Amino acid sequence: MSELRTEEMVINMGPQHPSTHGVLRLKVVLNGEIVVEVKPYIGYLHRCFEKHCEAMTYPQVIPYTDRMDYVNAMNNELGYAIAVEKLLGIQVSERVEYIRVIMAELQRIASHLIAIGTYGNDAGAFTPFLYCFIDREKILEIFEMTCGARLLYNYIWVGGLSHDIPKDFQKKVKEFVKYFRPRIDQLNGLLSYNKIFIERTANIGILPADVAINGGASGPTLRGSGVKFDLRKNDPYSIYHKFDFDIPTGTGEVGTVGDCWDRYMVRVREMEQSLRIIEQAVDNIPEGDVFADIPKRVKPPVGEVYVRTETPKGELGYYIISDGSLNPYRVKARSPSFCNLSLINQISRGYMIADLIMILGSFDIVLGEIDR
Amino acid sequence: MTEIFGSDLIAKIIIPIPIALWIALFALYAVLAERKISAWIQDRVGPNRVGKWGLLQTIIDAIKLIQKEFVYPIRADKLLFRIAPYLVFSATFLGYAVIPFSSIYIGVDLNVGLFYFFAVTSLGVMALLIAGWSSNNKYSLYGGMRSVAQIVSYEIPTALSALTVVMLSGTLQMQKIVMQQSGGIQNWFIFGGPGDVSKYLLVPFMLVSAVILFISTLAETNRTPFDLPEADSELVAGVHLEYSGMMFAFFFLAEYAQMFAVSALVSTLFFGGWQSPFGNLIPFLNTPGMQFFWSLIKGLFFVFVQIWLRWTLPRVRVDQLMNMCWKYLIPISLANILIIGVYIALK
Repeated sequence: MSELRTEEMVINMGPQHPSTHGVLRLKVVLNGEIVVEVKPYIGYLHRCFEKHCEAMTYPQVIPYTDRMDYVNAMNNELGYAIAVEKLLGIQVSERVEYIRVIMAELQRIASHLIAIGTYGNDAGAFTPFLYCFIDREKILEIFEMTCGARLLYNYIWVGGLSHDIPKDFQKKVKEFVKYFRPRIDQLNGLLSYNKIFIERTANIGILPADVAINGGASGPTLRGSGVKFDLRKNDPYSIYHKFDFDIPTGTGEVGTVGDCWDRYMVRVREMEQSLRIIEQAVDNIPEGDVFADIPKRVKPPVGEVYVRTETPKGELGYYIISDGSLNPYRVKARSPSFCNLSLINQISRGYMIADLIMILGSFDIVLGEIDR
Repeated sequence: MTEIFGSDLIAKIIIPIPIALWIALFALYAVLAERKISAWIQDRVGPNRVGKWGLLQTIIDAIKLIQKEFVYPIRADKLLFRIAPYLVFSATFLGYAVIPFSSIYIGVDLNVGLFYFFAVTSLGVMALLIAGWSSNNKYSLYGGMRSVAQIVSYEIPTALSALTVVMLSGTLQMQKIVMQQSGGIQNWFIFGGPGDVSKYLLVPFMLVSAVILFISTLAETNRTPFDLPEADSELVAGVHLEYSGMMFAFFFLAEYAQMFAVSALVSTLFFGGWQSPFGNLIPFLNTPGMQFFWSLIKGLFFVFVQIWLRWTLPRVRVDQLMNMCWKYLIPISLANILIIGVYIALK
């Protein structure tokens, strides 16, 4: 007797779907509720970032880097500014470095809050999402106070900053750190250790360390698989070597190492570490002028540079070629979300459609960065 | 009723009107209450623009929905697509017929009232399947499939846990079940119903029964954490996906009507229905007028618990939902029935 044949169903998830975190389209082949194959289609948010840069002067590129990973603009700017400074051979002052690190870490918390909040929302819990946004709002207020913008800052400039920090900046940051610590515990109680949430994320979408490394994964996605790799420690840039912090990795506490819960939890723990860095930095900001090192004309010598920094999503690299003119000859961005997303087909086969949403959410992709 | 209204036919027309009005009023303000309570849970303000405290918000929303066009998807089964929302609503509305609101007001006091309630509310599942199928949309179809699997499974623990009350009371008639719980809070079936001191042995088992009934009715109304048929992060909106205007509003109305219906069921079976918790200590509180108050306040309390759960918990996965039903709820309720059976036999 021949075996009964069931028909597979193809579902187009996105680009307009509440859980694809932007304009991602997933072509999902389903056998009942079981995922057989996932194929991501990208490019709906392509804005010609790299080509555009060639027509801009070096400082003019900074607002465009903001728009790559739009929930994480500070870190994008930081990487680009460091790369151009390396081309020019500028060493910025200590004060600038401290302010940059505080800003980058605040932005990391803000970005992780979005990742965590929307992940809860993917699981069907809407309330943690809003709690996260309340906390993020406090960070945005600090940014707004400093540079006037709330999302796309154009704050970190080549050789300096666009604004010096306002008078009560340190007080506000300390207030935030004090306020935010208990909120993490509250979040853990509400979502991280919720029985249903653990059931939904533990042992789901297990990403083994070797697959993660081969696929070029980075950031919390890589660390969730138990690999202790963070550019802030392994290839320090700016002044990260001065601070004392840990690199949280996936532990397999409630399931297997490398499952969705681990990736999620790495983000929660990284927020605590970011708070530690901010605490160490905020009291030691030296006096000085943040505008002193800003060059009048950014015209690097002929050459090329590759700088990689640790953004909340992972390793963001800038490869810049200078032909000695005012415009970069080529700017290439290596986006972490793109590499992380490429793993989705390998690790989501055989899980259910509801798990696919959880796996996608656990990568914390931002389409602005994937498509650029 | 014939003696009051003069004719049976007129009575049959007039009696359902208060229930219909109540459902409309309740649905309008339950939506607002849900939004206000969720805002309160989430540190927000909630609707406050239309009318004082946003009191007219849902009325305005309803007017907006009435004005909207019906959009039919290409190659949808038009007839089935059109009738599904009304079927969902009528299934729920039929259930209200046997809910006792007061000693003087119940739609029909059928001698198989409880059985009738389960029978008609389960008709809703067919309407959901029709809606899912006729929309010609894969997400809707998945939603329809899930809702059928879910509701059919969860009917079993619902019925089994309600059976414990039926065993103790010896009747399926809703008014009689409520009548037996007269005389104060200690006679409610959650405390073992009327009887001698030995009934207090039953309290833990009745509590388990009540919790199982509440959980499984939650699943039957498709509320979080069991809102899989409309799981917005996976299936966008599930069966509602292609519906617009008043057809969508009817699904919405049915959901809220169902919320109150199952809450009223839980309170009727376990929490004394329209009985005052003080029994006859304060006779005024047990007059027919006050009985309306008690039945509504108890029902609304369980509605509040449903809303509270929705804004606190994540959603379970479809296989976990089934596991919970078949591996935990059904065996536990069967054991419960056995224990209560033994108690009745020994007595």
